[in-house]
Amino acid sequence: MLGGLALSKSVKQVRAVAVTGATALMALAAYLVIEFLSLRAAGDVSPMLFTGSWTWFAPLNINLALGVDGISVVMIVLSAFIVFAGVFASWNLKPLTKEYFMWFCLLSTGVFGFFISIDMFTMFMFYEVALIPMYLLIGVWGSGNKNYSAMKLTLMLMGGSAFLMLGLIGIYFHSAPEGGQLTMNILEIAENNAIPHEWQYYLFPMTFVGFGVLGAMFPFHTWSPDGHASAPTAVSMLHAGVLMKLGGYGCFRIAIFLMPWATQELSWIFLVLTGISVVYGAFSACVQTDLKYINAYSSVSHCGMVLFAILMLNTTAMTGAVLQMLSHGLMTALFFALIGMIYGRTHTRDIRKMGGLMQIMPFLGVGYVVAGMASLGLPGLSGFVAEMTIFVGSFQHADMFHRVFTVMACCSIVITAVYILRVVGKILFGAVQDEHHKTLTDAEWHERFAVVTLILAVAAIGCFPNFFSNIITEAADPIMKLFA
Amino acid sequence: MDYSQFLMMPQELGLLVVFLLVFLFDTFMPKKSLGALPVFTSVLFGAFTLANYFLLARGTAFSGMFETSATTFVMKAILNIGMLIVLVQSIKWSNSEFQAVRRGEYYELLLTTLFGMYLMISARHFLLFVIGLETASLPLAALVAFNKNRYESHEAAAKYMFTAIFSSAIFMLGLSFVYGLTGSMYFGDIAARVLAGGNSVLLITALAFVIAGVGFKLSLVPFHLWTADVYQGAPTAVTSYLSVISKGAAAYAFLIILVQVFGSVYSAAWEWMLYALIVLTITLGNLFAIRQRNIKRFLAFSSISQAGYIMLGVVAANELGLASLMFYVLVYIVSNLAAFGVVSAIENYSGKVSIDDYNGLYKTNPRLAFTMMLAMFSLAGIPPFAGFFSKFFIFVGALETGSVAIYVLVLIALINTIVSLYYYLLVVKAMFIRQDDCIIPTFKSACSERIAMTACTLGIILIGIASCIYTFLVEAANADNLIFGLLK
Repeated sequence: MLGGLALSKSVKQVRAVAVTGATALMALAAYLVIEFLSLRAAGDVSPMLFTGSWTWFAPLNINLALGVDGISVVMIVLSAFIVFAGVFASWNLKPLTKEYFMWFCLLSTGVFGFFISIDMFTMFMFYEVALIPMYLLIGVWGSGNKNYSAMKLTLMLMGGSAFLMLGLIGIYFHSAPEGGQLTMNILEIAENNAIPHEWQYYLFPMTFVGFGVLGAMFPFHTWSPDGHASAPTAVSMLHAGVLMKLGGYGCFRIAIFLMPWATQELSWIFLVLTGISVVYGAFSACVQTDLKYINAYSSVSHCGMVLFAILMLNTTAMTGAVLQMLSHGLMTALFFALIGMIYGRTHTRDIRKMGGLMQIMPFLGVGYVVAGMASLGLPGLSGFVAEMTIFVGSFQHADMFHRVFTVMACCSIVITAVYILRVVGKILFGAVQDEHHKTLTDAEWHERFAVVTLILAVAAIGCFPNFFSNIITEAADPIMKLFA
Repeated sequence: MDYSQFLMMPQELGLLVVFLLVFLFDTFMPKKSLGALPVFTSVLFGAFTLANYFLLARGTAFSGMFETSATTFVMKAILNIGMLIVLVQSIKWSNSEFQAVRRGEYYELLLTTLFGMYLMISARHFLLFVIGLETASLPLAALVAFNKNRYESHEAAAKYMFTAIFSSAIFMLGLSFVYGLTGSMYFGDIAARVLAGGNSVLLITALAFVIAGVGFKLSLVPFHLWTADVYQGAPTAVTSYLSVISKGAAAYAFLIILVQVFGSVYSAAWEWMLYALIVLTITLGNLFAIRQRNIKRFLAFSSISQAGYIMLGVVAANELGLASLMFYVLVYIVSNLAAFGVVSAIENYSGKVSIDDYNGLYKTNPRLAFTMMLAMFSLAGIPPFAGFFSKFFIFVGALETGSVAIYVLVLIALINTIVSLYYYLLVVKAMFIRQDDCIIPTFKSACSERIAMTACTLGIILIGIASCIYTFLVEAANADNLIFGLLK
């Protein structure tokens, strides 16, 4: 796809290639799900399916090892959806359309590569491949204080990955019992379970914080609001929708899966931090006046919820966490797409300067309301399913500590309702604030297409949660047995 | 004397043949055809580089003063690749009218210094090593002063000359201590006697002097003060040579000396000295690089901090560290030469050398900007470019020793990569994001420059992904009979 883009000359060709590529991705993802389900139905119970391994760097036992389990399948579906919608959302992007889509593709390559890797080295490599295009995507095509945000975002995320790299190499050197063959393969490491406890004590925080930075864990979340606010629409979508999930997925796949002992010992620290993220993000969203900042802080809150649920260490909460990733990915992408479209018309994102947009652009208004409802957990949409599962899972812990934090996190739903309804009331209803806004038009066909796709996905998860939750539970169950 | 032992040094002989042919061409060909000299040298050297892969001698010569082993062979081959790129890159520059009278000297001096570096790599006796060191240093001073009419060039040469002499003096003072203690100049003998004699204050002092002497060539902090001025003042072709080739050779020699000679005082002395040097080098190099506005000074400080990373391979002091060091040098050569290729192309065309002049370069010269971006990403260690792999491997090599101190060291190095990413991104930002009224206009760089840049770009993209290169280096490092055992 990158090759195709490089060759295409005109803007039209670029678009054609991008759409074809994204559609192919969707088709492949769907095919993957079908194949995956049929194999599982046929009774294949190995932890990863479609595994393949090719030796890459023999001296360090680095392999290009690929494979998927239920959780990665779900994440791949999510990524495919958002890339697809993102291409449509950046339809009229200028200038340098070709370069934009090339970076966009590189970013998606990183994301998909990350989700299918089961080798720490390749996983880390794809992780960084997904990070660096952000700098240029925000720096060149962004808006507002873009230089500052792009630099801040890149440096903070790379700072996280510095810790991560050290942690991964540390894991590698303790991946096998004394004298055994060291390995980078996650499954083999988990099977060996040979990392000494005193090392787990250092390596777990390192890897968890490393991924946690990308998962916008308090106090490492500060890149996220600035970054999202300055990024172009599709990049915000992909970033909040997929990239932040890399953090959650990595925390789970590497930190928790490989170091169960340290997880149990140290999870309380991170539980406190993620608990703060959840509540703090929601409160911050209440006082922002910039649409993108509101949504960015709400992402901090929701992504905090993902990490929070993962740290609950039981199957129900874990299933909820992945559902939350899925649901938040879709609805936040929807939000950012809509905000981009509204901004593209009104040229302001300040909610104090907007009002009565429902009369002017009903389609976008309705879309915004649907996204908001999903975000605050209206039954029938995706947010409800995910949050419900998380809280049920979290409450299974009988001790006071977990329960207090669960109740705290539950409160964030109420706060979410506050900021969502505040925005909806302010910009969609009420009197029109600006005379110029009356002349604006509603969404064009490609925008409608992106929005409808995402809304359908959100509703589908809300109405048929079992389809996904079964796949996830199946994958989460064996891992969470480590903590039973 | 047994003349057949010269066959143990096939690469040196080959280089000598190239040198002589260039010299004869320069001296005896008619004035008219001298314009072909740069191309002639490049082609000849290219042939030599290729021929290198068939010169498979292994063994020692001159009663053990000189050794050809798998890693010396590989190291020289790596330097050759870098040299070839430098030669191709500078064809246009050396064909410019201004250089015409002294074209021959440029190539002859360049080849001489390379010969000196070969000796440094292969020497197993300090006398030969010093000869190599001097042969590599002194002609470089002449090269730095090559722009006769530029004041900065002279200043740089004087600075280079003085520091070179001073550091050689310190180095040799250290050697005299070593000789006094052990009564030998052979690496192997010294190692055995140091092991038998144990530590003494004099030995540690001698070691510190030796480290200072080689540290100068590598421009480790605090022996780096010459670097920025010399890089800025020297002709860009010479700067690029100075920054990669001479550094690579010194890094390898450094490792050999420390491991082969002073292996037994590893944990007592040089391990800690190196930790301090590395932390200082990486951190200060990075911090100074942030403030630079001149692109050549900027690259100078970036190369200082890169030298710190290369040193991590020395601290590792194991086969993996050696292999990673060689890999790092190779990657560093292609990445840095790509950057210098762009710098010199722009300098040749417009004379501009400030980072601010690069504003909006992507608009007018997308290919140059793209090459520069790849170079910056590779130097910063961003995947999927080669720099990421080299950094990862050098960290793995260092961490294999497993001590807590080294984890802390690597953590400091990793945090420094973030700082370095910041300033590398400043260049990317200038080219891609910032706009300016007086952008460098679109121009077509010379064919030779484009060839060199294409080679570097391919290198940056492929060296990491093609795993056979690293695997090959590890095999070479394992094939060598270096005595890492002394360290434990």
